[in-house]
Amino acid sequence: MTEPSRLTVRKTYKLYIGGAFPRSESGRSYVVTSSKGDFLANASRASRKDARDAVTAARKAFPGWSGATAYNRGQILYRVAEMLEGRRAQFVAELVDADGVSARRAGELADATVDRLVWYAGWSDKIGAIQGAANPVAGPYFNLSTSEPTGVVAVVAPQEGPLLGLISVIAPVIVTGNTCVVVASERAPLPSITLAEVLATSDLPGGVVNLLTGKVAELAPWLSSHMDVNAVDLTGCPDELAVSCEQDAAENLKRVLRPPGKTDWQAQPTLDRMTKFLETKTIWHPIGI
Amino acid sequence: MARFGTITLVGDAGEVSTLTTSLAGIASSNATLRAFLHGLPGVDGVGADQRTTMLGTRSIKTTAKAQAIDLAISMVDLTTLEGADTAGKVRAMCAKAVQPDPGDPSVPKVAAVCVYPDLVAQAVQALGRSGVRVASVATAFPSGRSSLGVKVEETTLAVAAGADEIDMVIDRGAFLSGDYQKIFEEIVAIKAACARDEGATGKGDAHLKVILETGELATYDNVRRASWLAMLAGADFIKTSTGKISPAATLPVTLVMLEAVRDFRSQTGRMVGVKPAGGIRTTKDAIKYLVLVNETAGADWLHADWFRLGASSVLNDLLMQRQKMATGRYAGPDYFTLD
Repeated sequence: MTEPSRLTVRKTYKLYIGGAFPRSESGRSYVVTSSKGDFLANASRASRKDARDAVTAARKAFPGWSGATAYNRGQILYRVAEMLEGRRAQFVAELVDADGVSARRAGELADATVDRLVWYAGWSDKIGAIQGAANPVAGPYFNLSTSEPTGVVAVVAPQEGPLLGLISVIAPVIVTGNTCVVVASERAPLPSITLAEVLATSDLPGGVVNLLTGKVAELAPWLSSHMDVNAVDLTGCPDELAVSCEQDAAENLKRVLRPPGKTDWQAQPTLDRMTKFLETKTIWHPIGI
Repeated sequence: MARFGTITLVGDAGEVSTLTTSLAGIASSNATLRAFLHGLPGVDGVGADQRTTMLGTRSIKTTAKAQAIDLAISMVDLTTLEGADTAGKVRAMCAKAVQPDPGDPSVPKVAAVCVYPDLVAQAVQALGRSGVRVASVATAFPSGRSSLGVKVEETTLAVAAGADEIDMVIDRGAFLSGDYQKIFEEIVAIKAACARDEGATGKGDAHLKVILETGELATYDNVRRASWLAMLAGADFIKTSTGKISPAATLPVTLVMLEAVRDFRSQTGRMVGVKPAGGIRTTKDAIKYLVLVNETAGADWLHADWFRLGASSVLNDLLMQRQKMATGRYAGPDYFTLD
């Protein structure tokens, strides 16, 4: 008689909202397949109400996160990088499944992701020096411009690059003190949920990053038109949808980032993704008082 | 028909006269009051919790939801009861009460504003003939720890200043120590102080709302007893809480009170209103209360004359939901007043 084989314990891929991992309010899920078409898992298919809840969570987290010192935010991003490094094997396996790349290539992508996080983490207390200024004015005043986070940013993550691309859009948003609601890659959402597990164990306050999986066409319009969202990043939106999302976003004058063409996520990033979601505050202060 | 311990009130015909004769008997001494109140049937606590949870899952959508939102707005008692209240803040709140959403004139006005007695005159002046009523807390709100003379005087001043409604608190210490007669007599005295000469002032008697402060009454049985006690003494409304104590209004407590007003009407023919106050923050909460009213007391109570929501934060959420239904996009709090 043979020993009964052990039942595999499979992971339930859920959403990440306000630091918790709920299922979709709608109870829906969709099938995620590998690049070869094999079944991988069922992922939650978020509804507009999940998006609304995520915006509420992001708004709630905003005062605490934007009020934290830049140094502290940087340290937490380093911590995320550390946690990500510790789960390297898991990410490599998921990237191999999702993208159909070789294990070696997947390893390079995971490493690049960690490096990208460290790069942005370093900017946390330096971006102010680049963006801010002591302006010369004709009068006995100090005139100082400083940058402040925009608020709640809705991010449609790129469809390609389920890990490196995802981190490359999240990190620049949160490092400056924004909070965000992210719609993960529709085709390859699994690494995003594993990333959420990393974020949940990295001292990142709940609600700073909220991750939704599901159909971009179902979620992006609601986020773009939401009056309590201050900016949208439409990187992962198909062109036609992006146009209507831009129109919706105009209703309350959201900041909109819609990069032209395809972004090469391997390339060294610029400051654009950080500065797009910063507002400039200028103060006048009399000299000699 | 429920039986009430030693004194049985018979329903059907002639209820009012039955009560008038029995009322004197019930209230004649603390012993008879106690016998009556403790003779009320006990509340099935688990059942009450379960029923409110079940009713809370009821789905109210589209046009029904739009109606419920407008009804809820018209039932709101917009309240400010802070030590830091100023005349300016009261005026701002009154402006909001008359026109909750300046960008949308189709939004109904709220039922009343609720302020401390010294600010009643400001509120009356600010509201004018808008039809929004002025409610004033009185009787050493929120603790109720003062002598009867002071409480009556405070009520008289608030009524003289033009309050349409008086929200009094009961003496919870007396209730918990079993001195029901004291509370009965206090309510009767305050009710008498609510009287006003309509010919001289143009306003009739102030309505009396009795705050039970259910968060301090410990059990559902006590909530039922306090509800009956207040109604027997002449309350026009029974109100859950001051909003200063946690827990404030909860669904099961409101269910018990709604059952009490329903039973009271079937016994005496007199209808008493209910006002949950405190802890109601979202549209979903408000709609749960409306469902509870409809399913417990009945549709007769679904009017601002008989049911109120004591809260101020819920109003913005109702307005946001209303705007979402009108525009099709989620609303943000940046576009509504802070209060």
